[in-house]
Amino acid sequence: MIETLRVGAARGLIELRQTLTNSQDLWGYFFPSVGLLITLFFTNDAKVPGTTFSLGAATLPSSIGMLLAFGGLLTIAQYLVVEREDGTLLRAKATPYGMTGYLVGKVVMIGGMTIFSVLVVLIPGLFLVDGVQVDLGGILTLVWLLPLAVVATMPIGAAIGSMLENPRLLGLVMLPIFGLVAISGIFYPITGMPGWLQAVGQLFPIYWLGLGMRSVFLPDALASVELGDSWRHLETFGVLAVWAVLGLLVAPVLMRRMARRESGSAVAARRERALATVGR
Amino acid sequence: MTLTGALESGPQVPADERVIDVRDLRMRYGTKDVLHGVSFAARSGEVLALLGPNGAGKTTTIEILEGFRMRSSGEVTVLGVDPAKAGEAWRAQVGVVLQSWRDHGKWQVRELLGHLGRYYRRFSTDRKTRPWPVDDLLDVVGLTAAAATRVQRLSGGQRRRLDVAIGIVGRPDLLFLDEPTVGFDPAARREFHDLVHRLTDVDDTTILLTTHDLDEAEKLADRILILNGGHIIADGSADDLSRRVAGESEIRWSRDGQRFVHSAANPTPFVRELLLQHGDAVEDLEVRRNSLEDTYMRLVADTEGSAR
Repeated sequence: MIETLRVGAARGLIELRQTLTNSQDLWGYFFPSVGLLITLFFTNDAKVPGTTFSLGAATLPSSIGMLLAFGGLLTIAQYLVVEREDGTLLRAKATPYGMTGYLVGKVVMIGGMTIFSVLVVLIPGLFLVDGVQVDLGGILTLVWLLPLAVVATMPIGAAIGSMLENPRLLGLVMLPIFGLVAISGIFYPITGMPGWLQAVGQLFPIYWLGLGMRSVFLPDALASVELGDSWRHLETFGVLAVWAVLGLLVAPVLMRRMARRESGSAVAARRERALATVGR
Repeated sequence: MTLTGALESGPQVPADERVIDVRDLRMRYGTKDVLHGVSFAARSGEVLALLGPNGAGKTTTIEILEGFRMRSSGEVTVLGVDPAKAGEAWRAQVGVVLQSWRDHGKWQVRELLGHLGRYYRRFSTDRKTRPWPVDDLLDVVGLTAAAATRVQRLSGGQRRRLDVAIGIVGRPDLLFLDEPTVGFDPAARREFHDLVHRLTDVDDTTILLTTHDLDEAEKLADRILILNGGHIIADGSADDLSRRVAGESEIRWSRDGQRFVHSAANPTPFVRELLLQHGDAVEDLEVRRNSLEDTYMRLVADTEGSAR
């Protein structure tokens, strides 16, 4: 087991290096970051409704929560779908302990990618907006929130990736996730939404990750503009834990089913279908 | 000989020497039967070629043996274990080279072989040290010059050689090769054949390969299985098979600068008569029995005729 973890971690680090030294991938990290920074720049002078606090400064931690959710939900789903099609997963299946090594590698790689994408927003963002601060309590919150963010999102992302046969279907998953971002209080306080949308937003991890990050980086006085006038750490923990349990129950079943179905002819059939659609 | 139904290959390979043992293997997709009771065996160190037209069931058979596909019924034992229930230790003894891989495009050749080799380290034994050291392996498959190249930049032939290298990086006891030399130039093909001989001679690796290249099957395989319509219709060495099919031999010679060709079911009396008549005037004398290609075409055509 230790050996598999070690090989898997090595795999993750190699792939992380590959993605961070590849101009196309780097563009993928910096492009959304530039978009977010522009948003921060233009909302810095706007105020969080009912306060004198900069809306841009409140958006910075919220968008970090969103990036964490993207890393866990979307990135792993994308990799599973793409690497199933190109045969990487079948290669893992043909190798002893290869599937475990593959998954450990993906967690390490996507963890690294997510940290990187957070840093390229956080570091320049701190220079752009006023009022963001971290105290000891905030750091303690990060200690439980970050691991929980990983366990609450990655298994769900992996389950989504295991269900999608066709990379073209990924777009169908992106759309509702962007919709969720819109109602999760990332770019505009959730309190401005109609009640039923607030309820929907609070069912999903994106809202809670944004809230958790705001509680880390914003002064405690800002809790007064949140729902329930509080950072609601207990609820944050509860909702994320439910998603984590749900994901950990569902993901292994779906992934095992996916792995069982992999074979040379399955990869070949998918490839032929892809070529046929490209030709059209 | 009979060309229909399952051939009983049991007596050819003693039970305790069987690396692959397949009995009455059946596969059905929905209502369509793809394999109708396939039986064969392979002994340690043997090279077995699986031939047959497209759709004959070759890929299905090999995927069942690789443990990638569940069978409908029949007994299958590979390296002493049922591949449908085999664990990671079994996986470490089996090498797989499929037809089309496009994986790990961003990896460098040496990096990838080194990484995949690490999974086999814990399965190293006194008899067989695993994995194969990367530099030796690169040399064996002729990729030393491409060691630092990204996989997606390899040529088709180099990519194929990398696939073979990955298939043997764990020094498998049993290697599955699905059309291994597609896209090879003649020199690469020759080198690949040398590699296969080395694997069987030095490492005692058992190899099951599928190919459409009958020349290759004849050169590499100790034994040839022909699969058609979900049945094994022939099982034996290339010589055995050509003897089984009653065919005509071709006799070629030249005399006084003129070339002659003659076909005869039994060439011996004809050649004796030819030499009696013309003696040393007969030059460039050649007698050729059925080629494997002739045999193959004949066997496949015969079973297709009897099935209809």
